[in-house]
Amino acid sequence: MDLLRSEPMQLVQLIIPVESAHCSISYLGDLGLFQFKDLNSEKSPFQRTYATQIKRCGEMARKLRFFKEQMTKAGLSPYARSAMSDDVYLDNLEVKLGELEAELIEMNANNEKLQHSYNELIEYKLVVQKASEFFHSAQNHAAVKQREVEAHQSGEGSIDSPLLLEQEMVTDPSKQVKLGFVSGIIQREKSLAFERILFRATRGNVFLKQSAVEGPVTDPASGEKAEKNVFVVFYSGERVRNKIVKICEAFGANRYSFTEDLGKQFQIIAEVSRRIEELKTTIDFGLVHQINLLQTIACHFEQWSHLVKKEKSIYHTLNMLSIDVTRKCLVAEVTKLKNESSSLILQIQNVLQQATVDSNAQIGTVFHVLQTKESPPTYFHTNKFTSAFQEIVDAYGISKYQEANPGVFTIITFPFLFAVMFGDWGHGLLYNEFFSVPFELFAPSAYGCRDPSCRDATTAGLVKVRATYPFGVDPKWHGTRSELPFLNSMKMKMSILLGVAQMNLGIILSYFNAKFYGNELNIRLFGYLSLLIVVKWCTGSQADLYHVMIYMFLSPTDDLGENQLFFGQKFLQILLLLAALVSVPWMLFPKPFLLKKQHDERHRGQSYALLETNLDDSDGTELHHGSSSHEEFQFSEIFVHQLIHTIEFVLGAVSNTASYLRLWALSLAHSELSSVFYDKVLLLAWGFNNITILIIGLIVFICATVGVLLVMETLSAFLHALRLHWVEFQGKFYEGEGYKFQPFSFASLGKEDE
Amino acid sequence: MYGFEAMTFNIHGGYLEAIVRGHRAGLLTAADYNNLCQCETLDDIKMHLSATEYGPYLQNEPSPLHTTTIVEKCTLKLVDEYKHMLCQATEPLSTFLEYITYGHMIDNVVLIVTGTLHERDVQELLEKCHPLGMFDSIATLAVAQNMRELYRLFLVDTPLAPYFSECITSEDLDDMNIEIMRNTLYKAYLEDFYKFCQKLGGATAEIMSDLLAFEADRRAVNITINSIGTELTRDDRRKLYSNFGLLYPYGHEELAVCEDIDQVRGAMEKYPPYQSIFSKLSYGESQMLDKAFYEEEVKRLCLAFEQQFHYGVFFAYMRLREQEIRNLMWISECVAQNQKSRVHDSVVFIF
Repeated sequence: MDLLRSEPMQLVQLIIPVESAHCSISYLGDLGLFQFKDLNSEKSPFQRTYATQIKRCGEMARKLRFFKEQMTKAGLSPYARSAMSDDVYLDNLEVKLGELEAELIEMNANNEKLQHSYNELIEYKLVVQKASEFFHSAQNHAAVKQREVEAHQSGEGSIDSPLLLEQEMVTDPSKQVKLGFVSGIIQREKSLAFERILFRATRGNVFLKQSAVEGPVTDPASGEKAEKNVFVVFYSGERVRNKIVKICEAFGANRYSFTEDLGKQFQIIAEVSRRIEELKTTIDFGLVHQINLLQTIACHFEQWSHLVKKEKSIYHTLNMLSIDVTRKCLVAEVTKLKNESSSLILQIQNVLQQATVDSNAQIGTVFHVLQTKESPPTYFHTNKFTSAFQEIVDAYGISKYQEANPGVFTIITFPFLFAVMFGDWGHGLLYNEFFSVPFELFAPSAYGCRDPSCRDATTAGLVKVRATYPFGVDPKWHGTRSELPFLNSMKMKMSILLGVAQMNLGIILSYFNAKFYGNELNIRLFGYLSLLIVVKWCTGSQADLYHVMIYMFLSPTDDLGENQLFFGQKFLQILLLLAALVSVPWMLFPKPFLLKKQHDERHRGQSYALLETNLDDSDGTELHHGSSSHEEFQFSEIFVHQLIHTIEFVLGAVSNTASYLRLWALSLAHSELSSVFYDKVLLLAWGFNNITILIIGLIVFICATVGVLLVMETLSAFLHALRLHWVEFQGKFYEGEGYKFQPFSFASLGKEDE
Repeated sequence: MYGFEAMTFNIHGGYLEAIVRGHRAGLLTAADYNNLCQCETLDDIKMHLSATEYGPYLQNEPSPLHTTTIVEKCTLKLVDEYKHMLCQATEPLSTFLEYITYGHMIDNVVLIVTGTLHERDVQELLEKCHPLGMFDSIATLAVAQNMRELYRLFLVDTPLAPYFSECITSEDLDDMNIEIMRNTLYKAYLEDFYKFCQKLGGATAEIMSDLLAFEADRRAVNITINSIGTELTRDDRRKLYSNFGLLYPYGHEELAVCEDIDQVRGAMEKYPPYQSIFSKLSYGESQMLDKAFYEEEVKRLCLAFEQQFHYGVFFAYMRLREQEIRNLMWISECVAQNQKSRVHDSVVFIF
């Protein structure tokens, strides 16, 4: 019965010398047996003793994250089996990490600078290429136009063309306005807004020419790839130029200067290409160097991050200890399992001694047991199988320290109730049917045909030929005309019986709990509570005679007549009814009065005790310090509370019993659904003697069985089983106000982080 | 929609209301502020904040921290949350959410224009802008020479355009004009927002009209106090008050003629909700007025969460977060400049 009560716990005080504190905690973390209590809970995190160390660890963790980010950027992952070297200490590591970070940052900065100029050059090249295309095509266009104009002139213009105008336009160079231009490159999505703003700002007095660059271009400033356009803006006047430059800046457009001279253009392109080549080799070299560095980091990354996490948890634990005034030692309060095997205790002692030796402390760690009033944490030894059910219970609430653990019973009752509802292995051992086909598994049916005329599947012509069926429902019931009414009443009664049994178990457990916690009053009341339930149980088991039960409450003294089942039934019924009637007020009244009496006694005792303590104060006050909590006793409040409790209990007993009817409902739904699918789909399809219909029918049958029966029904059966356990069963006795035992251990460190 | 929000609200607004209430639970509490006020260095503040929702935003900052980094990261968190909500929102909630940012937009416009006037670097100014009030062409504002140009070139594309119709003058931009422009814009914005909320109706209209009326009244008081002793005429001053709120219209008449802070006080004390604010201040004092108003605002914003099925919670949450960031900035500044005695001067506890 290890699981019924949680493991006994022990509060232990450790007095650790400051020198060996870190070492001891680290060794204890390896063992993972102690849960440390926070003795500084009123202090904020940065006021604690080891806040600086924690900050350092945080800083190192940040650096490690930085490395990790860099590694993922470079497409490296930390090696799972990294080179383990033992001589890594925190201080060395901190220095090392700092150096590595600085190196990496510098390298990144260099690379970025190179990349920046590289991208700039590429953009420049693009701009020059595209812009020269503009100019080239424009010149061609202009030349063609020019020729046209000339041809026009020479052809027919000699007679009546407005000579003056043409002349002015073509020949007067002094009056020609010198157009300036700005060229550059801009993100494509911004280009529309750019054009609009340019137009508005200059009132349309610019000419903008754009051309899309194929493929993404890396932006020098942000380093991100984007679709871009090369643009050339023609303008006239210096003020407009200033405006354009400002707008370019605002839109993040990069401007590049450009000459109209063709020869120079080729020169520039050649020059730029050469420099791009140069830069490329430099950048590649830098990248190789960086990857080498990152690879060395990747080698040690796992080890380092583990160490940092470990150190951080050690300092967190150290922060929980209180520092003795003399500053020479730390005081820890830990809870641990009480009944450890002697080898474990020896191990702990060894470890503490080892820590003392390793850190050259002059005094060893002092270890002694404390008595406490506080409720210790809850811990159960579970294995793979039992932990699943324990989790079901824990999801409702962690049990109080050494409270009766419903997990034990859940292991048996949960699958059982589930099976009652779902009833499936095939579809049911209890009901002796598989996929709604009757199965004679344990023995042939107890009933046989009297003559060949009883083939029409009724119970009319059957006689009992063998002994009663050994287990579950006789398969002959299946498919009979009275199957449903019979199974219904059987299942319903069975559910009520199961429910009452389980609830009684719950009440008995509450008795154990009360006994365990030494609450005498609750025990005395318990008898009456369970009597009430027994009454209900008795009436429940007679439920096949509904009217007997009803009449029992309505007119208990009437003659029973034909409903007499056994001798003395009337007397028993009256007795039970009276017991039921009496037990309700009995539940209601005595407890408040008894409590009041107890309280008065305690009060009197206290005043005596106070007098005594005046005589020999030191010990007496200590004693009373522990047993505090004497708030004002309010009779009315207790009474009302008890009233509510009683009403709740009586109503609960009835409604919870009704609640167990879900066992019947679900099991009915399940068997009906499965028989519908079997009869109406599979057998129907079979009857057609057609292979296509058969296949379709089979597919529908499989889908329905998997979808409805296996998925939906499983979920609902699980849910209802869960509810029956949480509400109906655990509600009777389970408080679930404890907290889990979480020992300080490095083993659990890695898990929670990922 | 009047009175029947409960039936239909959750179809579109339920998810986001849940989200925003979840965010609200992450606001720093009085206990957090007490701890923050005890911090000795900015690293302590970071350490404390790492246990709050700000943790992930601050954890990768290298150790010598600056106040600006803290504020920037905290604002980033708010912006991320806002963007997430905006992405999920459908009409009319998305419009409502956008309305919330217009105030920042106005501030940003004014910031850039003033900055350019004093020949600051545009890039530097852009960094100072509130990220919630950014729009595409904001950087180009620097080109504008006067208000007409400002409007015609840039703001015509932004949601602020309708608000500008009132204040287009071709006067050159100077400090005074910019300040008038800011207040005119703000007035138009508040009135528009108010109208929008009235149109939404139901609990949103009820709660938002209260919050916006408070905002309008506060601005009216601030305008009055700031314009005392300047060349702003009474009529001009009168024009800057929003045409709704508790003070509208009779309070505005009185405020318009005030010549010193005590007259403002006299005018305001006739209104019971504001009486309590002014009763906290001694005569002739106006420095603490801001804090008193902020405290009152926070109280009202918190009350908005008491009712369900309305959009006011989004407004209230954004405002509360902004107040929290202001608090953090103040605390960080005090810690950084070793002025811890003044830490409580301007911190407004939210819970």
